[in-house]
Amino acid sequence: MDALMTWLETALADNSIFTLQTLGYYGEGLVTTVQLVFLSLIIGLVLAVPLAIGRGSTYRWVSLPIFLYCYVFRGTPLLVQLYLIYYGVVFVDGIQETWLWVILEKPFVPALIAFTLNTAAYTTEIFRGAIKSTDRGEIEAARAYGMSKGLMLRRIVLPSAFRRALPAYGNEVIFMLHASAIASVVTIMDLTGAARFVYARFYAPFDAFLFVAAIYLCLTFGILYLFRYLERRLLAHLKPASG
Amino acid sequence: MKMNHLLSLGVIGATLVAGSANAEVRDIRIGVDVPYEPMEFRTPEGELTGFDIDLGNALCAEIGIQCEWVVQGWDGIIPGLQARKYDAIMSSMTINEQRREQVLFSDPYITPPSAWFAPGDVEIGTPSDETLEGLTLGVQRGTLQDNYVTDMYGDVADVNRYATADDMVLDMDSGRLDAAFLDFPIGKSTLLDSGAGDYKVVGEKVTEPKEYFGEGFGIAFRQRDKELAAAFNEALATLKSDGTYDEIHATYFGEE
Repeated sequence: MDALMTWLETALADNSIFTLQTLGYYGEGLVTTVQLVFLSLIIGLVLAVPLAIGRGSTYRWVSLPIFLYCYVFRGTPLLVQLYLIYYGVVFVDGIQETWLWVILEKPFVPALIAFTLNTAAYTTEIFRGAIKSTDRGEIEAARAYGMSKGLMLRRIVLPSAFRRALPAYGNEVIFMLHASAIASVVTIMDLTGAARFVYARFYAPFDAFLFVAAIYLCLTFGILYLFRYLERRLLAHLKPASG
Repeated sequence: MKMNHLLSLGVIGATLVAGSANAEVRDIRIGVDVPYEPMEFRTPEGELTGFDIDLGNALCAEIGIQCEWVVQGWDGIIPGLQARKYDAIMSSMTINEQRREQVLFSDPYITPPSAWFAPGDVEIGTPSDETLEGLTLGVQRGTLQDNYVTDMYGDVADVNRYATADDMVLDMDSGRLDAAFLDFPIGKSTLLDSGAGDYKVVGEKVTEPKEYFGEGFGIAFRQRDKELAAAFNEALATLKSDGTYDEIHATYFGEE
């Protein structure tokens, strides 16, 4: 560890921008960004599955509210949603006295809520499309076996729908990572926040933002690789049979 | 033949600059970040006004050129100057060494201190590592106050960086911020005199160390525009001696 620090110090000796201090900001920013994106994706995913099933329901009192929710969150910019949730809640009278304020006071949770609701809306639509495009033959076969609706959903429809949704969902994950760059407008020091700090302090837009762009590229590469791996495993049955 | 061309070009050139008293200095655009009361802000009708705006207009009138104000966000204000979106910055910019590497400064035209502001019901002693520990402190991103607070208290307190002073005031109102570190005149007019809430100044006004607080506010130009800077310095000296400067100062800061 000491050897690494000395190596870093010599490597950084002749530049005034990337000191140990600024690298520390980038490091903290990386942790914040990954936390924010990872948590919002996981919660969003958990919310999206029941919502996607409900969205295809024949009961309008179930499907209509979900449709409206998706429509609103896909139809407005994430930045606006973030502003409303972070600055908007302040105007609810007496919120400072309730337990809600404990979690809404710091910017992390409001940003997490905005990102989660946003990604849940998109993921719901992705899953709904996948569920809707289930082969009719499979459903008929399941019915012929006398499966109940719930069993059919669990054994037949959802497993194949998730596989079909995988490439589109991988895209959503990458979009979410990039959309998280707006977190710095509500004072969160994420990766972009760190870059903006370095930019404003040293007036060096190229250095600050190229460095952060490289970090985003690495993260994106990791996500791409993960989804490539998942697709290879889970969509193996769709590959042409080899000799 | 060639001489004739040059001559006629010269004539055209002379006609073009005939409107201005100083042949080397053209009409310019000045970048400013609003709102930052009382230095620069908009009236309810949307007109730009403030100490910088009034003084800038007076300086331009003194030099005999037309000045147009261009509104630009703070964190991109120096890159905007270099990208030629405007020719000068007059936006409460503190003169310091870091900035001097990027831009050419006029003589300082005002030297305001910075100060800590807090909601009236927050009890903070004289700001120090101990009294600020664990608190959430607000600054505007990329300002000298940001640098000062980050270096002095970044390890013991949370520093929230805002894009505009308005966002910061909003978070102070809502109780998210325990204290904010601002230019004193700006804090005085946006917090103390606004009547929006109950605020107070904490501790003494801060002007040291010079490496953070610099030598006062200056007008920034591109490094090569030496004549322009000289023209503004000369005009500033004139306005200070004929009383115009004091008049404008009294309008925004009252009598000392």
